[in-house]
Amino acid sequence: MSGITKHYGGVRALENVHFEANRGTIHALLGENGAGKSTLIKVLSGVVQPDSGTIELDGQAVEFANPTEANDAGIACIFQELSLLPDLTVADNIGITRPPKRFGLIDYRAQRRLAEEALARVGGEGIHPSTTVRELSLSRRQMVEIAKALARNPKILILDEATSALTAADVEKVFVMLHKLREEGMAIIYISHRMHEIAELADVCTVYRNGQKVETFKAGTKSDNAIVEMMIGREYESVFPPKTDKKLEAAPALKVRGFSWQNELDGIDLDIRPGEIVGLGGLDGQGQRQLLLGLFGTLIGATGSVEIDGKPVKLSSPKRAKSDEIGMALIPEDRKNEGLMLPMTVRENLSFASIEQISRAGVVNLKAEEAAIDEMIDLLKIRSDGIDGPVGALSGGNQQKVVIGKWLMTRPRIILLNDPTRGIDVGTKQEIYQLLQRLASEGAAILFYSTDYDELIGCCDRVLVMYGGTIVRTLAGDQLTETNLVSAALNLPAGTDETALAARAREVAT
Amino acid sequence: MNAPTETAGSGAGTGRRRFEMRLSVAQRGILVAIAIFAVMFMAYAWKQPGPLTANIVNTASNKGALLALVAMAQTLPVLVGGLDLSVGAIFVLANCLASTVVVGNPVSTTFGILAVLLVGLLCGTINGAIIVYGRLQPLIVTLAMGAVYFGISLALRPQPGGSVNFELADFMTNSTLAVPHSAILLLLVVLFIWIPYRRSVLGRAAYAIGSAEQAAYMSGVPIERAKILAFALSGLLAAIGGLLLTAITYSGAAKLSIANDYTLNSIGAVVIGGTSLFGGVGSAIGSIFGAFVMRTVGDLLIVFDINPVLQPLFVGIVLLVAVCMGSLRVLRIKNKLDLYR
Repeated sequence: MSGITKHYGGVRALENVHFEANRGTIHALLGENGAGKSTLIKVLSGVVQPDSGTIELDGQAVEFANPTEANDAGIACIFQELSLLPDLTVADNIGITRPPKRFGLIDYRAQRRLAEEALARVGGEGIHPSTTVRELSLSRRQMVEIAKALARNPKILILDEATSALTAADVEKVFVMLHKLREEGMAIIYISHRMHEIAELADVCTVYRNGQKVETFKAGTKSDNAIVEMMIGREYESVFPPKTDKKLEAAPALKVRGFSWQNELDGIDLDIRPGEIVGLGGLDGQGQRQLLLGLFGTLIGATGSVEIDGKPVKLSSPKRAKSDEIGMALIPEDRKNEGLMLPMTVRENLSFASIEQISRAGVVNLKAEEAAIDEMIDLLKIRSDGIDGPVGALSGGNQQKVVIGKWLMTRPRIILLNDPTRGIDVGTKQEIYQLLQRLASEGAAILFYSTDYDELIGCCDRVLVMYGGTIVRTLAGDQLTETNLVSAALNLPAGTDETALAARAREVAT
Repeated sequence: MNAPTETAGSGAGTGRRRFEMRLSVAQRGILVAIAIFAVMFMAYAWKQPGPLTANIVNTASNKGALLALVAMAQTLPVLVGGLDLSVGAIFVLANCLASTVVVGNPVSTTFGILAVLLVGLLCGTINGAIIVYGRLQPLIVTLAMGAVYFGISLALRPQPGGSVNFELADFMTNSTLAVPHSAILLLLVVLFIWIPYRRSVLGRAAYAIGSAEQAAYMSGVPIERAKILAFALSGLLAAIGGLLLTAITYSGAAKLSIANDYTLNSIGAVVIGGTSLFGGVGSAIGSIFGAFVMRTVGDLLIVFDINPVLQPLFVGIVLLVAVCMGSLRVLRIKNKLDLYR
């Protein structure tokens, strides 16, 4: 691809970008959200057409008017947001673009064989081709998505954040598969925000910033810090605000004892004092999400005791959890379904959780509402040109700010966050970290689940590592290191060295 | 830059935002409905023999207001993401009940009106309660309950007939200084039911439920109450429509064709009025004009000397054209994926 330029309205998405991907290599694209990676991929896969520039495939100039043409030319793309049809079977989904036919009708037996082969290739043998996609977990669905792309026998395979929903075990399988595909001579383009995945996988890396290429280099020739500096264009140190020394003698704002639910949470004990930021760590899917949802009152049949400021309370619903007596807020993981009402305006979304506080006798006080909203927009620096438009039109980072703002407007004393920075650019992340520090210094008790270890280390006073529904270790101060986090996440004794860690990681993966 | 300039800058930003007049999807929908109605009504006024008398306007208003009330009743369930197939049946039930109880001296007439409104409210509340607590689809619940309400209407009034307080009926269907009282009734309903509802917590919650029910629940807002209230108010509005019908016809009739006709036409009126059938976007005010658009079609056929039997054909065409105008937005869409949202 050479000289690719693309503007959206007045916004420059790509400016004169050159890009090459070679057979038999894994090429990683790095950059903040909005750096132009996704637009580049969309141009290559025919979703959008460039304003200028050319694309060559095996030395021949090509042009794609739509995704089907790109597909036919051998370019398969796996996006972060799943493109599967939930109520069709796995086999139907894999065969949907070009189903095998007999006498003009779909040949179900051939389609099933095709699906089985494709699943075996990605290491998803455990997935039955005739289950419906809806019944599968997020991680398994993503595996089907990858199998679907491979079933078309592409020459170029593009993975756009395709591993962010995978469990560690599935990631390992996908990596094995990608290495195999590379041996077979496929050109693979890989986008991920996880630095360690890129270090493990990529042969060549290209960094983008503001729609322009910064540099292409061989993997392993630059340190993580140097790469991050290239991505954000400033020093890495400034990403996390300094932790403040806190006097933590106050009584816990939130005290939980023996919290259990089904077989996913088993006897959780935790204390959070006002002003403290407590992290939840561990591998994905060890009960962290359930713990947050349980505290917020959405899990039926959760047992154990919860005390707020020393008073026992019963958490039965989100409505109860946000009441004055408890003062809890949960920033949910799934922005689009649980966090926001996408067709409604930014203003309506912002005031929605606190709407009863700004109403009298069930009638909304429009003046008070407007004032509170304006204050929040200033505080969070939400882009203000779209606040009377639907929140769905904002970028992911700004949408996340709206979710956070919506809950800050309830003036919560206990803030639960479920992976709030997933899929968000570094700049917005940084603003969120600073906000958390500030809220803590104002006396909020914060419980923060993140899949990003750097974030836990950089932000939290303490990290509780979960494994199999229980807290296996608490790390604080000097103990709070990446090695300790990883070893605790794999439920190894403290002080395990790196080789043992790697061995254990492989074991868990298989 | 020093602090005061910065404040001034942000103040100017706020001002610009207010003066820009960006219309929301719902507001655009209302304007489209008003525009179509205005064009149709002008064509009617121009083509019709003789001057446009207060009497003609009054008759048109009475017919339009009936469907407008039922369409407003349909709007609320649609906003929370459902369809109400019982609005026509509640409308007929209110008519049959009113032809029995809204009679006699002013006191008994007043109690009669209250009884009719209460029954409407009750019918809607039952719908909402079954939907919320039974966790059932609104479509199927209201289909079943609509049949029940119609059955009760038949039991009340097996044969068309009954009576009504004539003074009240004449007052409701007359006009003062060329302003039809039925139009005033609509205005009062907007002022005292719709606008307060739109500004209430539960009204806002209804929009949120239609947009994303999970997010609404996670926000800790009483979504079950909001849903029940939406259906309850729907029943109340349909009952007001039934009262007006009684005033127009001086009698009650349990006719299935009336119930079905109003239910289906109300959905058309809601869509012409710019309310999304997916829920979360729209307004009952749009539905009023949607209803008038659908009712004006019949009058146009008469003045253009077209066989009135063809009315359904033209109503269908108007409905399609209106929906197409609503989807003109696709011309502005830049990302093809947005088409399938």
